[in-house]
Amino acid sequence: MSQFAINLLFVGGSFALYFGIAIWARAGSTKEFYVAGGGVHPVLNGMATAADWMSAASFISMAGLIAAGGYANSTFLMGWTGGYVLLAMLLAPYLRKFGKFTVPDFIGDRFYSRTARLVAVACLITASVTYVIGQMTGAGVAFSRFLEVDKNTGLMIAAVVVFFYAVLGGMKGITYTQVAQYVVLIIAYTIPAVFISLQLTDSFIPALGLFSTHTESGMPLLQKLDEVVRELGFRDYTADVDNKLNMVLFTLSLMIGTAGLPHVIIRFFTVPKVADARWSAGWALVFIALLYLTAPAVASMARLNLMTTIYPSGPTEQPIEYAERPDWIQTWETTGLIKYEDKNGDGRIQFYNDTPTYEAEATARGWEGNELTVNRDILVLANPEIANLPGWVIGLIAAGGLAAALSTAAGLLLAISSAVSHDVIKGSINPDISDKGELTVARISMFVAIIVATYLGMNPPGFAAQVVALAFGIAAASIFPALMMGIFSKRVNSKGAVAGMLAGLISTLVYIFLFLGWFFIPGTATLANTPDNWLLGISPLSFGAVGAGINFAVAFAVSSMTEEPPKEIQELVENVRYPQGAGNAVDH
Amino acid sequence: MSDHSINAEKYWQANLRLILGSLVIWALASYGCAILLRPMLSGIHIGGTDLGFWFAQQGSILVFIALTFFYAWRMNKLDEEFGLQE
Repeated sequence: MSQFAINLLFVGGSFALYFGIAIWARAGSTKEFYVAGGGVHPVLNGMATAADWMSAASFISMAGLIAAGGYANSTFLMGWTGGYVLLAMLLAPYLRKFGKFTVPDFIGDRFYSRTARLVAVACLITASVTYVIGQMTGAGVAFSRFLEVDKNTGLMIAAVVVFFYAVLGGMKGITYTQVAQYVVLIIAYTIPAVFISLQLTDSFIPALGLFSTHTESGMPLLQKLDEVVRELGFRDYTADVDNKLNMVLFTLSLMIGTAGLPHVIIRFFTVPKVADARWSAGWALVFIALLYLTAPAVASMARLNLMTTIYPSGPTEQPIEYAERPDWIQTWETTGLIKYEDKNGDGRIQFYNDTPTYEAEATARGWEGNELTVNRDILVLANPEIANLPGWVIGLIAAGGLAAALSTAAGLLLAISSAVSHDVIKGSINPDISDKGELTVARISMFVAIIVATYLGMNPPGFAAQVVALAFGIAAASIFPALMMGIFSKRVNSKGAVAGMLAGLISTLVYIFLFLGWFFIPGTATLANTPDNWLLGISPLSFGAVGAGINFAVAFAVSSMTEEPPKEIQELVENVRYPQGAGNAVDH
Repeated sequence: MSDHSINAEKYWQANLRLILGSLVIWALASYGCAILLRPMLSGIHIGGTDLGFWFAQQGSILVFIALTFFYAWRMNKLDEEFGLQE
């Protein structure tokens, strides 16, 4: 069977499964459409949350990021898991107790303000739309690589699949497909990692292999990797970071951003009880960790594999001849994600860090520049080929990558469409709409959201590449603080909350735009995006945590100067703090 | 203040203490051991590297899982002790 047929079989099989679930899990009411009826088992919800959370970025890009940055990029590992601790303790149980359908629902009620609700809707839509474009393009790339269709055709197939189960089933359909998608993606991620770990170390658990001995050299794996990359002028893989303040703030921005992302928060509205919301956060973290503990192992092993492929006799010896390069390099060259240019005309692949500090050594070796560029996103996708694994593993990776992209896309689309139908249309425009009418509006919103996401996926605007800055920045600086203050303070009033959200949002956006261009239009940046220009060395990507601080400070200051929230609002805060009586609050 | 609200207030204070303690550990594992204290811990070797690196790529995630489950278990028990469970 050809590789194409195998890929088709795996991807087609997984899609048939999603379609089956979609038909089985149709939504009959808004409650089913928005929160899957509120009866999802906490372990299943944990699994669905993990798939909802782990996007094309986690599946495809994260290991490549860590492989390239080593220790410095551990920020992603900690940031994208540590947020669940905040979610579990500071938000999820209380928002579940509140028992409504969307995140702006809570902000609007707690701060008794339509303005607050609409600011929250605007933040939610900006963050989620930015995020969903990446998922759609990710799915398009995976389709074009594995099913040999054009990128835009791939994107349309993805849109049709999501359309089918998201419009029919809403959160109910999405939940159970996400559970299936989690299983597909975790198997796809783990199997190649296990094989690679066994090839390089004697541990079949990649997370343990990372800290064990490299079989061939007898040295610890990480020490071996440090040594190899150092020889070629790269920074040590485990090297410490100088700018610790920025590392701390970046990790913190990712953490509070994670906790404030609406598509993650609404997953916790689907469990039956407050106690289940707490357990479910733990389970979500366990299922996420299965991938996140494997990713750093994949990262270091893939980096070492790449180096030893190019330098089979060691980094101090000659690299391989271009004519003798392995098949997988040829495969990926055709996609343009690996590029080779024979600068010194010796027919060999010189792959090293082309920096002034290594220049003397390179000249001595007769090298005239780095000759190989490897797109870091291919590490996970090329892993099975690098490790010479059978064709079905490649098919599995294709299905896994698509599962990761589609599950996150569906969660985001639901967050967007429920904000439109529930918060804007029912909340502001037509409050008297019937449940059935709202369900139809919700389906139409979902349909429109998919069309918009597909269009933007085909024609990505400049901001699409700024998921970390924009989505996490907004969630951290605007949504998370508002939710937290709404629960933990009875004193913050509507004026304080609106002022705080706007202050956090605007300060963060301005700081990002200063360095990345106004509204991300190329060439409009006020200052060059270099550490020398950053305020106290804080990168624009790390500013979300500062924006959150500004939000808290402004909200408390303004609230203390203005009147207390009305009595019934203080009672509402009391009510979300205690689990008793959550069951009754659900139907409204 | 009624008995009920005194009871509820105690429950909320217990929750806040639990959150505070958990978040201290959360911060110590990630911002502490994995980032700021890494140079101080560099003498402790683990699997070919230092303890700080392990915390950054593995340890902190394990601590996060433990904390989340501990919090769920403890709070669900507190709900019952205070008679505030669903």
